[in-house]
Amino acid sequence: MTDVSTTQPKPSSQMRDIWNQFRTHKGALFGLVTLGILIAAVLIGPYLWIPEKLSVAEAIKLKNQGPSLRFPLGTDQLGRDMLARMLLAGRVSLAVGLVAMVIAIVFGTFIGILAGYFRRLDSPLMRLTDMFLALPLIPLLLVMVMLFRDRIAGVIGPELGAFTLIVFAIGITSWMATARIVRGEVLTLKEREYVLAARSIGAKPNRIILRHILPNVVSPVMVAATLGVAEAIITESVLSFLGLGFPPDFPTWGRLLFDGLQYMQVYPERVVWPGLAISLTVLSVNYIGDGLRDALDPRIRGR
Amino acid sequence: MLTFTLRRLMLAIPTLLVISLVIFLLVDLAPGSPLSDIPLTVPPDVRQKMIEAMGADQPVFVRYFLWLRQFFWVEPAYLFDSWFGTTWSEGELRILSWQSRSPVFTIIGQRLPQTLTVIGTAYLVGVLIAVPIGIYSAYRQYSWFDQAGTMFAMIGFSVPTFFSGTLLIIIFAVWLGWFPTKYDTQLVVNDWESFLKQVRQMAMPVMTLGLANAAAISRYMRSSMLDNMGMDYVRTARAKGLSERTVVLKHVLRNSLIPVVTVIALGIPAIFGGAIVTENLFGVNGIGAALIGAIQGNDIPMVQTIAFIFAVLIVLFNLIADILYGLLDPRIRYD
Repeated sequence: MTDVSTTQPKPSSQMRDIWNQFRTHKGALFGLVTLGILIAAVLIGPYLWIPEKLSVAEAIKLKNQGPSLRFPLGTDQLGRDMLARMLLAGRVSLAVGLVAMVIAIVFGTFIGILAGYFRRLDSPLMRLTDMFLALPLIPLLLVMVMLFRDRIAGVIGPELGAFTLIVFAIGITSWMATARIVRGEVLTLKEREYVLAARSIGAKPNRIILRHILPNVVSPVMVAATLGVAEAIITESVLSFLGLGFPPDFPTWGRLLFDGLQYMQVYPERVVWPGLAISLTVLSVNYIGDGLRDALDPRIRGR
Repeated sequence: MLTFTLRRLMLAIPTLLVISLVIFLLVDLAPGSPLSDIPLTVPPDVRQKMIEAMGADQPVFVRYFLWLRQFFWVEPAYLFDSWFGTTWSEGELRILSWQSRSPVFTIIGQRLPQTLTVIGTAYLVGVLIAVPIGIYSAYRQYSWFDQAGTMFAMIGFSVPTFFSGTLLIIIFAVWLGWFPTKYDTQLVVNDWESFLKQVRQMAMPVMTLGLANAAAISRYMRSSMLDNMGMDYVRTARAKGLSERTVVLKHVLRNSLIPVVTVIALGIPAIFGGAIVTENLFGVNGIGAALIGAIQGNDIPMVQTIAFIFAVLIVLFNLIADILYGLLDPRIRYD
């Protein structure tokens, strides 16, 4: 920093700094590439790999096939192409992870900012957060899905109903970590001079929050969001694994694993593929989160 | 310390009350009640009697308070009676399961030993694996062992137990045939042979849960060790000529264990919840299996009670962790 160089270094943007730091984390790069491939596969895959239409008789004849050129991952007990099912299931699994994370992040950030900025709301909101943290989540999620599944399915259809219910249930039970992080950040940020300056020229609280505080809590929230995706995917597959997730004709990776369990002794690959897909996704998301945490921390960056 | 403990205990009471209300209302107000499952061929007056027999015709808040009273007064009174032969609880109705018509706490009492043997052993194994890994990873930071430990922890975080468990079943039960796929709950351990059988059937669930727990705890252990390795007192200990062994295992380890012990305490209620999957996968007839059975059978009192017991455990172990932290670390004083 102190030595004066004759040639001015190229000015670097903040995004560039973050990317440079992120690049040095091997695991994070691996995660980014793997997740990219997985997302591309489930988004584009179903258009490229169209399973042939089989009549019922053909499907019964072709059930429980091993891997072949015609069926790269074999077929299941009803003669359905496993590769096509895996790709479609991946879409739903990733969508559940992303949407549940967005709900949790929006809710958590909202609560965190309210609690951090308005002193009157701090105590009740934090008590609420503590209470949510003390709830036994997996049992409650199971109960919620079990009790409300049929009712919601009757209103908006079984697939969309299951999706809405599960995503919503996971979202509203995983915002607490974000709320705590955001509250902590806001508590220190609101004492800064620039917030004082903004207040002194008469800015309203909502403007201060949107304009000055929110942009500064983005980095911890992004890390929490990444880890939230991984957690949501695991929670959804736990629900599916216990048989309380999505209906069988609208599979997720967790559901495929659950379906494969009965045939585990004869066709272990039917459990291994979805399990591997879940584990790889979660592993790469966790690595990305790890890398982001380092990259977004200006104290570590540039070392 | 005492005032802190008392204050926290006082705070825990309203928290638990609110949680119990949430659990009660969530389960009770849900549309899929058992009353809607009574077949339409049942005559109306019989249906009315069934509803009355289950106590389901009372208003919600009456039922909530009755349930609270049963949970906090009748059940402890029964326990007290069975221990000391008193008759405090005579004529009181206990919380009954709708599935089996037997008291919920009797069922829990039958199931709890299964859960505690398997899950407790798994947690113990996890801690015993994690602590040495954490110590050595920190002592040789950035060595190949540390890298491998980081990798192991990352994989342990990411691979869900239902998949690692299935993999273990496929490898060790289906291919190698070393362990049975299902846990035999009826097995009575009374000689060497049955003990070996018990060890073999416990091996896979314990490995599944133990590895998952070890992943998290080894990371905490490592970072806590690293925090302490750079402290002045470590340099002093080395400077006065103590052996590396004494420095690391006596001075650093003792101080590093303080946060880890609280993390271990905090993890105990979570393993009850997380064990639902493992119990389900290996057929261990424990509390998690009881909960799943109750949820699928619409057994409302059972679900409410088990879920609330989980909540009590979480609140209790949070409290224990806080108190332990204060007791172990003299630098921390709450008062």
